[in-house]
Order: sequence, then C-alpha cells, then structure tokens
Amino acid sequence: MKSETNTQQNQSFTLNMGPQHPSTHGVLQVILEMDGEYVLDPQPVLGYIHRMHEKMGESRPCRKFLPNTGRMDYVCALPFNHGYVGLIERAAGIEVPPRAEYIRVITSELNRVASHLLWLGAFLLDLGAFTPIMYSFDDREQILDILEEITGSRLTYCYFRPGGVYQDISDKFIEGTRAFIKRMRSRFSIYEKLVATNIIFIKRAEGVGVISPDMARRYGVTGPLLRGSGISYDIRKQEPYSVYSDFDFDVPVGENGDSLDRYKVRVQEMEQSLRIIEQALDKLPEGPYLGKAPKKIKLPPGDSSFSVEAARGELAYYLVGDGSEIPYRLKIRVPSYSNLSVLPELGRGILLADLVTIMGSFDLVIPEIDR
Amino acid sequence: MEITSFLPPDIIRMIVSAVVIISFVFLNAMVMTYAERKLAGHFQRRPGPMEVGSHGLLQVIVDGLKLIGKQLILPKDVDRPLFRLAPLLAFIPVVLPFIVIPFSEKLQVADLNIGLIFILAISSLNGMAVLIAGWSSNNKYSLFGALRSVAQNIAYEIPILLVVLTVALMANTFSLKGLVEAQSGMWFILLQPVAFIIYFIAGLAETNRAPFDLSEAESELTAGFHTEYSGMGFSLFFLGEYANMFVVCSIATILFLGGWHGIPLPFLEYTGVFWFLLKVYALLFVMIWCRWTYPRVRFDQLMNLAWKYLIPFSLVNFIITAIVLVIVKL
Repeated sequence: MKSETNTQQNQSFTLNMGPQHPSTHGVLQVILEMDGEYVLDPQPVLGYIHRMHEKMGESRPCRKFLPNTGRMDYVCALPFNHGYVGLIERAAGIEVPPRAEYIRVITSELNRVASHLLWLGAFLLDLGAFTPIMYSFDDREQILDILEEITGSRLTYCYFRPGGVYQDISDKFIEGTRAFIKRMRSRFSIYEKLVATNIIFIKRAEGVGVISPDMARRYGVTGPLLRGSGISYDIRKQEPYSVYSDFDFDVPVGENGDSLDRYKVRVQEMEQSLRIIEQALDKLPEGPYLGKAPKKIKLPPGDSSFSVEAARGELAYYLVGDGSEIPYRLKIRVPSYSNLSVLPELGRGILLADLVTIMGSFDLVIPEIDR
Repeated sequence: MEITSFLPPDIIRMIVSAVVIISFVFLNAMVMTYAERKLAGHFQRRPGPMEVGSHGLLQVIVDGLKLIGKQLILPKDVDRPLFRLAPLLAFIPVVLPFIVIPFSEKLQVADLNIGLIFILAISSLNGMAVLIAGWSSNNKYSLFGALRSVAQNIAYEIPILLVVLTVALMANTFSLKGLVEAQSGMWFILLQPVAFIIYFIAGLAETNRAPFDLSEAESELTAGFHTEYSGMGFSLFFLGEYANMFVVCSIATILFLGGWHGIPLPFLEYTGVFWFLLKVYALLFVMIWCRWTYPRVRFDQLMNLAWKYLIPFSLVNFIITAIVLVIVKL
C-alpha cells in the first residue's frame, strides 16, 4: 500500500472518498485521515461541479437567470425558483396575485415532499437497506407526474415567473394532488414499519453525528439539521414569505440532534407539508395566475435580499442592483454548504460507517454546494 | 452415488462426482441469481428482470455470457499471482463441502466419519481467499473489506463451532449421514431452537450476506474486497458466495431440519432429495428476505453481537445440553 504518512504517533493513512463513491451522492470528495476503521480528520473538497451560477446571474437579465436556479438544487428546484423570483419582485416592486402565491406554495411543498422522499431512500441506501428507496421513489414518482403536468419538466423546474407562475393549475392537477395526499398519508405507516421501528436502523442512527444547538449556531446550520438539534427555526414561520402566514402548520423539532432525530424531523415535515398543501387547495382563490410585470425588469439601485425555506434549510438570495436590467451583484446562500461545514468537526474519531450515516443524514446536494 | 456405484474403478466415480458437483454449483448459482433478482423485485414492488426470455428467465445466461466476455482488468501495481489466485481460492473451498453433503439417504459422494469437521475446516479457507484478494488488489477499500471479513469470519466461526458441537453431542456422531439418521424421530430444531437461531445468524455473517455484508459494504467500501475484480474474477467470487450460502443452509438442514426426512410422496421415487432441496431453498429464501429488508449493521455492532451474545449463549447452550445428556443417560 502506498501513501502512508506518519502524521500521528500511530500510523495513519489517507483514504480518498469520492468524487466517485456510492455514498457521496454526486461529486463530493472527502479526504479522510484514517486510523484503521476510525476517521481522524475528514476534509471535504468542493468545486468539482462548480458552474459559476452566481457569475452567470451577474451577466444576464434576471429573467434569463431563472432556469439556472432550478439547476442548483435539482432535487428541490421550486424553492430555488421561489427565492429568486421573490427577490426580483422585492427589488423591482412587482405585485403578485394571490392565486399565484397559492400555486407557488402548493408546488413548492409538493417539491419538498419529493425531495424528502428521495432523501429517505438515499439515506437508507447509505445504511445498506436497498428496499426503502424503491418505495420512496414510487411515491416520489407520483409527485413528479403531478408537477410535470403543469410545469412541463420533472426535475429542473423553471415554473415561477416574476409576478406569478408560468401557467395556471388544472383540475387534473388538483385532483391528482388530493389523491396523492391521501395515498401519502397511508404510506407513512409503511415507512414506520419498514424503517423507523427497525432495530438495526435505530442502532445505526441513534446517537450518531450529534449536532449540539451551540455547534449548529456556530456553523450556521439550517433546515432539518438545525430543527433536529431542537431549535425551532423555519423561515416559513420566522419571517413568513409568500402566503405561508395563512396556513396552520407545526415546525417539528428533534431532541438530541442525532441522525435519528433528523430522520424523524424530515418525516414529520412531510406530514406538515401535506397539511399545508391541503389547506392551500381548500383556500385556493380565483383570479389571475400571472400579475403585471414589465418584460424588461429594471433593478433599482440598492441591495435587497430574500430568504426561503428550501428542503435543506435556509436559502437566501442577495442582490445589488444598479438601475440596469442586469444585477450588479448576486450572492446565493445555499443551505447544504453551511450544513456540510459541520462535517470536519462531527467526523473526528468516528467509524467510517458512521461518517457515511452522517453524510447521508445531511441530505447533501452537491451542485447546490458548488453552484 | 447409486448410478456410479456399479462402476468398478474409483477414478470414474471421482470424475463423475466432480462433474456433477461443479454442474450443480453452477446450476445453483443460476437459480439463486434469478431467484434473488426476482424476489428482490417483488419485495420492492417491481417486477424484476422481464426483458430476456419469458419473465427474464434467460437473463442469467445472458449475464453469464457477458461476464465471460468481459476483459479481465489488471489494475496498476497489483500482486499479480495472488490477484489471480484469490478468486480460485474463494471458489474451491465452497465446492469441496459438496462431497460430504447427503442430498438423500443414498445420494452422497462420500460419507466421511468426520464430515462435519471437514466442512467447517474447508469453509474457513474462504477467509484466506478474501484476505488475499483484498491484500493483492492494492486498493485501500479492498484491504478494508478483507480485514473486516477476516475479523468477521474468526468471530463467527466460534459460535458456529459451539452450536455444531452441541448437535454432534446429541447425535453422537460427526458423520453428516449419521446426524440426519439421528433425527428420524424428531428434528433437532425442536430440541435446540436457540442453537438453530444462533447458527442461522452466524451463517448469515459467515456468508457475508446482508445485514452482515460488511466486507463488501457498498455504501462504505464501494465493493469491498472485490472492488478491483472484473469479468470471471468477479464471477468466481459471486459463484462462491452462492455456493457458500447453499452449503451453510444445507448444514442447517442436516443439523436441525432433519435433512432428507419428510413425508413420502407417491409420485416421486427419491423423495429424500426433494425434501432436502425444499428445506435448503426455504432457508435460502429467508436469507434473501433478510438481505432485502434490513439495513447493514455497523462493524463494532457486528463484533459485539458475536462476542457478547452469540458466543456466550452458544457456550451456555452447549454446557446445558451436555449436562442434560449426562442426566438422561444416567
């Protein structure tokens, strides 16, 4: 064996995990300093799929940047759409009709459920269970079919427009969504039986990768990771955007901040999302789905920001305008980036298998981190 | 074998037996591959292979041809002789136990009086092959898989030995035929349920099957000890795994489920083979079921299970059995 180093007193060696590894879910590379089965120092290496999305945003009119937003987090694209159109609307002062806001909420929440379902399968796959991913993909497929009906795409959506949405939702969409909610509610018990009560799963996830509330605050961890640590922080509640203040829903929180709590939080979040969708469908107002917005949106001088709750945590867009069509500066704060930054501290002195569990429980999407 | 018994020279008998055993190993691997993929499909609410042949029946043959046709990639800086030797070493020890397995009262190549010990001794060589494969591959993931596998094999051979000794103590023989004959009245699973459970769990670990497939843990070690193998090198490991599963399940059948014993069927002359294979494949079905249901355990949990639970329980079980046997005989 080559490349052995003597950095520690006992011989440690370097193990390259990724960029092509089954459990890094994409092109993340983690350089591990190992002592036998124990990880001494995991260092994530980013940038393998850097596509300069922010620079692209600074070099074209804001409408032309819309398709990029869905390609950053391809698993949960609609909240990324939402954040950007919300930012443009706030900066340029564009009114959004209520029906459009409701459609945005319904589709975003459907997308959140789809994203959590994909995570559920992938996480269990990281733990070595092959079957849950097939079940969750079966459910996720229903959502993709529903969303394909109105957005025209299955993954990298570009559905929201400044001032509303691209097209109105159909009766078929409403029926399909209601049927899906009914189906999904009955499926939670299957996941409960297959996963949550499984003794091997509990033993693998319990007490693994504990993020203390203090640690979460230090690293700016958000989303289910932060809520798993017991801090009730959800942009939809904290600073409600769109029409989220109209709905009655809870923010599930964990107790211990371990991988098991993150699992529980995400499953409960799916249930809450279904509640939101149901209420939104009941309250859905009539009216236009696309408000009046200028074709060429001029961004007034000054800065503005807009945060949404993406499936992985707080997503914030920050923009500086200079009076032209093209943003002068665009900064995107993505949740997975700060979530991943906990890994070096969490991953010290743990087993390799636990590192895989922790990375799985983070729900990392690499194109979002690298942008 | 009955058919060969009238042939005078032992050489012919040997050759025929070898051909039959090897063919059976390949056939078993084919059946198991198909069954595993089809069952996995149905456990996951999908049809499984459907394209090649009716219900994907020819898929296995096509896959086999593909594996034979594949290039054998020799990665940089591997230890060539050992790298080539390891798949063969993995294959041979799982074929040899078939010599002593009694498929029915008459269908057995050789009835060694130490048959049980022979199987256990040969099976431990498997760990050697895995270690060689992992070491010679010049890949850290392979080495990890190999080290895990060796530690796992050592830990789980102890409860297997203790359980096997318990049963041998009851039957008063090491001959596999003798063990089955001792169960003509009552199967040992009824007398030794704990031993059976311990044997089956340890057997899962011994064959590196999920939830104990740590030596090839996909999400951690990509493919573990056979990461660098391709084509037939990989298929020999693959064949070895299925043959090993069959051996472990047939020992379970012989030790606990009464081997070939069963209700005589009117339409079959040799019902023993039917009952034996039925029991073995039922156990194999449970193995597949476990694999597609459970997540993988962690390495330290695996070791804890062996050293803290299985070994003490099997030891206590052994001692109690011995005491009871002495009392009964008094």
